[in-house]
Amino acid sequence: MPKAQREQGHARVFDLGQQSLRELNQALHNLAPGSNETAWEVLNPKGSHSVAVGVDQPVSIDVRGSVGYYCAGMNDGAAITVHGSAGPGVGENMMSGSIVVKGDASQYAGATGRGGLLVIEGNASSRCGISMKGIDIVVHGNIGHMSAFMAQSGNLVVLGDAGDALGDSIYEARLFVRGKVESLGADCIAKEMRPEHIELLQGLLDRAGITGVKPSEFKRYGSARKLYNFNIDNADAY
Amino acid sequence: MCGIVGLFLKDKTLEPKLGAMLSEMLISLSDRGPDSAGIAIYGAATGNEAKITVQSPKADRDFRGLDAELAKAIGAPVSVAVKSTHAVIRTTPDKVDAAREALQSLRPDIRIMGAGEAVEIYKEVGLPEAVVDRFDVRSMTGTHGIGHTRMATESAVTTMGAHPFSTGADQCLVHNGSLSNHNNVRRELVREGMTFETENDTEVAAAYLSNRMAHGKNLGEALEGTLFDLDGFFTFVVGTKNGFGVVRDPIACKPAVMAETDQYVAFGSEYRALTKLPGIDNARVWEPEPATVYFWEH
Repeated sequence: MPKAQREQGHARVFDLGQQSLRELNQALHNLAPGSNETAWEVLNPKGSHSVAVGVDQPVSIDVRGSVGYYCAGMNDGAAITVHGSAGPGVGENMMSGSIVVKGDASQYAGATGRGGLLVIEGNASSRCGISMKGIDIVVHGNIGHMSAFMAQSGNLVVLGDAGDALGDSIYEARLFVRGKVESLGADCIAKEMRPEHIELLQGLLDRAGITGVKPSEFKRYGSARKLYNFNIDNADAY
Repeated sequence: MCGIVGLFLKDKTLEPKLGAMLSEMLISLSDRGPDSAGIAIYGAATGNEAKITVQSPKADRDFRGLDAELAKAIGAPVSVAVKSTHAVIRTTPDKVDAAREALQSLRPDIRIMGAGEAVEIYKEVGLPEAVVDRFDVRSMTGTHGIGHTRMATESAVTTMGAHPFSTGADQCLVHNGSLSNHNNVRRELVREGMTFETENDTEVAAAYLSNRMAHGKNLGEALEGTLFDLDGFFTFVVGTKNGFGVVRDPIACKPAVMAETDQYVAFGSEYRALTKLPGIDNARVWEPEPATVYFWEH
């Protein structure tokens, strides 16, 4: 067995400097329910695309370095940590499980995600949570423009600032922003923080391991629900 | 797609490695564009020498005896260094326009890739590795440079359609994206006396910047103007004799990553273009903001 594949501690180690991405993803896809290989470590990703995409078992995967496009896409149950930054589309269409990015994330982090928790400890770029459909996203830093565009359900929590056109054409997702919002998109409005929202947000902060930040410091944004169905009276708002 | 890279050195000890570093950066992005590749490298300007990079599909025929014929035509010393389909013509700075004119009559098939005191431009159809090998880019030294691997969308896959595009002395530009109003802007620039070699949208962007700078704007101001006058998607990386600039359109859907250390400023379409740079693990790495001009000068 090649050196890199040998178990290191309890984790199965994959070195992308020596092994191919396809081997890594195939090995992850080969995991059967109940497998004892529950801990994985990926070395030398060096900006590779599609690292740990499509994992559907509850394993933990530590990626040591920065990744390129679509890392951890479609994740269904795994706990994936990127010890670096992530390129465009991290956690796209996540179903369940968790993804933690220790650095920054590029465009459309968590796009179309249906479940699970995505935590970005640095900043996220434009279109964070675009078309989110049930995922929870927590960003320690700032997010870029057009974030939560057409968001349908789930929660986006931002400890820093949000860029232009936050929540453009939003449906039912809840957006919590602690810093300033550059501008709100079509049909997105500031909403009251009721007790149930404080409770929900506290739960999200707890799950993301965030302490020292109070839910009361955030503002809530969501849909004005004027643009769900076409109504000629609202034509100017589109 | 398309992949672009740029490297602006602050540390002079890295200058001998500029060609090698930029080559590796560009090769790492090969799968962003298989159609053509190109690189512009800025060597130190001496002030008493100008360089014209030319290309010919029939290099054997066109470059033979060119030095003597051109020297005679312009009445100044000329040297010609041939590299595959390209050649770098050196002469005195005051003779550049005369040399351009003389080249048209002496060698009508020759195309001018770029001219100036510092820049040399090499571009051809094919993958970055082939282009880099063909012109021995790895051995080149310099202060800064930009590169491009092209996935053609707006015009033909030809040598002239490859990036970088150079439309002014020591100016050049690489582009990831597509412009939707390039025909209109081209018409306006033609009215102002600019000439174009191709139907390519990127050439319009390069000419736009040259035109604005000819009207007294600095590169930063000219780049600012692209945000108002050019419509479409773009990440531009530009070089001037002593400067290096980056701008993304307000939508900013074309990817971009930058890194800065005490030794350099680097740009890549993707992070993997930067992974082999010295000290990258401790560099400040960030995604350039949309509609924001970034600019460095020596």
